This record gives sequence, structure tokens and C-alpha cells, in this order.
Amino acid sequence: MIRLVYYELIKLFLKKRTYIGFGIVLLIVPLVEVAMKLEGGRFLTIAMRGLSQDFLFFGNLFNGWFVAYQIMNSLWFHIPLLISFVAGDQLAGEATAGTYRLILIRPVSRTRIFIAKYITTLIYTVVFVFFLAGLSIGLAVILLGRGDLIVILRDILILPEAEVAWRFMIAYLLAAWTMITIASLSFFFSSFVENAIGPIVATMGVLIVFSVISVIPVELFEILKRFLFTKYLNMWQKMFQDPIPWDEMKIGILFMGTWTLAFVLGAWAVFVRKDILS
Amino acid sequence: MNETILQTRQLGKRYGKRWAVKNLNLEVRCSDVFGFLGPNGAGKSTTIRMILSLVKPTEGATEIFGHSLKSHRSEALRRVGGIVEKPDFYQYLSAYKNLEIVGALSGDVKRKRIFEVLDLVGLSDRATDRVKTYSHGMKQRLGIAQALISDPELVILDEPTNGLDPQGMKEVRDLIVHLSHDQKKTIVLSSHLLNEIEMVANRMAIIHNGELVVQGDVNTLLDEGEKYVILHAEPPQKVLSVLKRQNKILKNFSEKEGRFEVIMDFAGIPELNKALVDAGVQVRALIPRRSLEDLFLSMTERAT
Repeated sequence: MIRLVYYELIKLFLKKRTYIGFGIVLLIVPLVEVAMKLEGGRFLTIAMRGLSQDFLFFGNLFNGWFVAYQIMNSLWFHIPLLISFVAGDQLAGEATAGTYRLILIRPVSRTRIFIAKYITTLIYTVVFVFFLAGLSIGLAVILLGRGDLIVILRDILILPEAEVAWRFMIAYLLAAWTMITIASLSFFFSSFVENAIGPIVATMGVLIVFSVISVIPVELFEILKRFLFTKYLNMWQKMFQDPIPWDEMKIGILFMGTWTLAFVLGAWAVFVRKDILS
Repeated sequence: MNETILQTRQLGKRYGKRWAVKNLNLEVRCSDVFGFLGPNGAGKSTTIRMILSLVKPTEGATEIFGHSLKSHRSEALRRVGGIVEKPDFYQYLSAYKNLEIVGALSGDVKRKRIFEVLDLVGLSDRATDRVKTYSHGMKQRLGIAQALISDPELVILDEPTNGLDPQGMKEVRDLIVHLSHDQKKTIVLSSHLLNEIEMVANRMAIIHNGELVVQGDVNTLLDEGEKYVILHAEPPQKVLSVLKRQNKILKNFSEKEGRFEVIMDFAGIPELNKALVDAGVQVRALIPRRSLEDLFLSMTERAT
């Protein structure tokens, strides 16, 4: 199995498409962070306009942690899109290229090939999420320094600097977990079709529809919402609450894991039965 | 040596209401060059896809080296190599890397073996070039190389000369003969080109509309076909009068624009030639025809 995964990784990382996501992150993150540095905290001032009349803030709140936290919001839509570029291509790409005819006539079972491809997808997803983490946090801290982290959601929370690093680390682990669910969804769609565009569009379509359902206050949707994986897509944000809702996060981890398992089993069932006609 | 190593029993594949292949019973024996012949759309590729486990049969079974493909897939395919329709590869990788990947899926294939097969198909000097820079003929040869990577005993080649120029076709045919004679491999060669099968195969099957029309020894099947001689001679009146008198050696004849087709045993050719020359006929050509083409056409027409 290790050898199969090794060759899947070779196939993946020697393909230009694999680096589109990395390239975009490498372009956008420095751009945003340099722009925020040049803006000199105007963004934070606007966000806190009403509060600065009633409270006194000490220290450097417009720091690298704050900017890195803002960039994590790309995990809602942009990062899933970039991940589905690769995950959606994992099975469908072989069909498009006609290379199923090369690999599926070998004595190795389809299940083993499937597992190798899925493990490769997981590796890519985790590497990609932590690439985002490393670049966004590292560069932001270099450019803007460190300090307490101000989190502005429904209310304002200031997290002491000593706690920020480990919160970010766990937040990115949770982000990787949720992105694995997205990658698995894309992988699932990839098992059906012979063109990688389909899985990307379908993944983003599901993400949009589920997200829309999640915010519309209709009673029917309220029941539905409990079962949608988008409910826990922002699980990483809970690491920036105080106190951290660990119990809710445990449920979220299990919930996303269940969806992931369902997508993977579905993809496997399709893949092993599939007639290769391309 | 006549052990059956590939056998299909009542093999069938249905897409919707249409049967692409039906009740197919093939038998390939050790050391055969087995020609699998049929017009385009006859069901050859579907059959090969079923044999190589790319497509699940709707009914029937396949056994390779005595192992059921359904229940013991890995064992069944362990000694098999194949090429299905046009050869596709990871275009962005080199030929060497492609073969390394395929080798990893086929067992423990060493670097030396990769260069051996590349050398065999004449691509060792282009081993590190990306496949996307290859011509169609080179890809076709690389397709054969990947089929041979695990040194299989049974090699299944689906239309391996498709799209090649005459020189390329000859090279592939020579390679097939080399694999059969020198490396003692059993080969299943699918083609819609009759002369290709005629040139290299010892046994054959003809498939049409998804069903087996005939299967057997190529020479035996050829003997079953009608034999005739094409005669180019002048003047036509004299030729006609000689042919009318030769009812002992010929069965029938016809004439079209000075070209005669004489249905007869080839053994009677010298006698016919003598009679023509004695009558003052100028004989330009006497061409014996015992083509598989006639058999193929008659079989496929009968099945239609």
C-alpha cells in the first residue's frame, strides 16, 4: 500500500494542476497581508468604531494574529474550491486521460487503488491547509508583529497572546478535518464522472445550497440544517471563543467524520462497480 | 502445450436493451497467436474489457490460467498484460516513470526490466522524455511495452496497429511474431484488419454483432473458404473457349472486363496454364486466392 500511495503522490505532485491552489494562496495571502499593513489598521478601526468611544484599548491589536485570523475566513469558500480542484480530479482525471485502462487491468484490486488515491487526497488536503496556515501566520507575524488577538464576531473578545498560538494550531487542525469532508465530497462526485469539472462544480454547488439553507430561517430548513455538514464547517472558529465549547466541537468532529465516511464509502461503492468505458 | 489458458463461457454484456456481446465462448490455448477478428463495433473491445476486468459482464464467466476472473481476479490477471484500444499514458510523465507506475501495480518490476521492454520496442533512447512529446506510433509502441512490463505469459493486444503507417504496422507485426516465436508468449490479437490476422495468427475467432460467428484453426478455416484463381490473359475469346473445355479441373468461372475469376483447386493451376498456352493465349497472371477476407466477409454477411 505504501508503494501505491508513493506512486499516487508522484502522479499528483508532478502534475501542474496540483500547484494551482498553492500558487493562488502564495499570491493572495502576501497581497492581502501587505495591503493590510499598508492600510495601517484602518480596517480594525472601522470595525471598532462604536466601541472606541466607550473602551480604552491598550497594546497592538492590529497585529499578525489578527490578520491571520481574518485570512482563515477563506476556509468558507475559497479553500474548498481550491481543494476540490485536486480532489475532484483524483478519479475523474484518470477517466479523462484514459489511464484507467492502464492501471485497472493490473492484478492489484480496485479497492487498493481506491484507498491509495484517497490517502493521497487526504495528504494533499492536509498539506494544503497547513501551507495556508504556515504562510498566512508566518508572514503576518513577520509583517505586523504579535500581540493579543481581538476577535470580532457577535461580540468582541480579546484573547491574550500566550493563548493564541495553540488556539491557531488546533483551529487549523479542525479546519483540515472539515476540508477533508469537502475533499471527500469532491472525491465522491469524482467517482461518477469522466470529467473533473463536474465534481468541482457539484462540490461548490452543494456547498452553496447547504450554506443558503443554513441561513434561511424556515422551519422545514431548521430540521434539515441539523444534518447538513455545513453546520460544522466553521468549527475552527470555536477555537477563538472563550470558554472553548469542547463538547460542541467533539460532536462537530464526529458529525463531519460521519459525513466523510459516507462520502468515501459511496465513492468506493461506485468505483469498484464502475465499467471503464473511457 | 495445448492447455487452455483463457476461456470465456457464455460471456455477455448488455447496455440498456442492447447486447454488446452475447453468449461468447472463446478458447485461447497456450502458445496461440489468437486472432480476434470482427468489423468495427462487433464487440471486440467490450470482450477484451471484460477479460481484463475493466467492464463487468452481465452474464457468463471468464477463466484465465484456471482462475475465475470474478472470484480470483488478482491470480487471474497476474500473468496477463494488455493494451486496450488506443494507448493512453500520464502525458506529463516520462515513459520510464509511466512504466515504473504500471510496474508497481504489476508486482516487483525492476529498473532493468523497464529498460528491457523499452529497448524491445525501440524507445530506450527516449525513456526520459515526457510522453506528450511522443508521436502516435511511439505511444503505440509504449503501449506494447507496458503490456509486457511484468513479463506476462498471456498478452492481449486490442487493435495494436490502429492509426499506424505501413512501416509502423509491420514493426508491430514483427514484434508480435518475435513475442510468440522467441519469447513463447500466448497472444490474443484483436483486429478488424483481416490480413493482419492472416499474417500472424494460428487460431482465430470471428465475432459479429456481439456473437461468435466462427472459431478455430486459421488454416482449417481457410480450407473451408472457397478457393479461386484470378486470371489475366488475352485474347478473351480464346480464354473463354479454353475455360469452357476445362470442366474437369475447374468448377465455375466468371469474367469482368477481361479479368477472369476461376473457381478451382489450386492443384489444377499448372494444367490450366498449359491448356491456355497451348491454345495460343497470352497469360499475364494466374493469382491463387485463398483469402481469409472471403471467409470473413461471407461469415459476417451470413450473420447479418
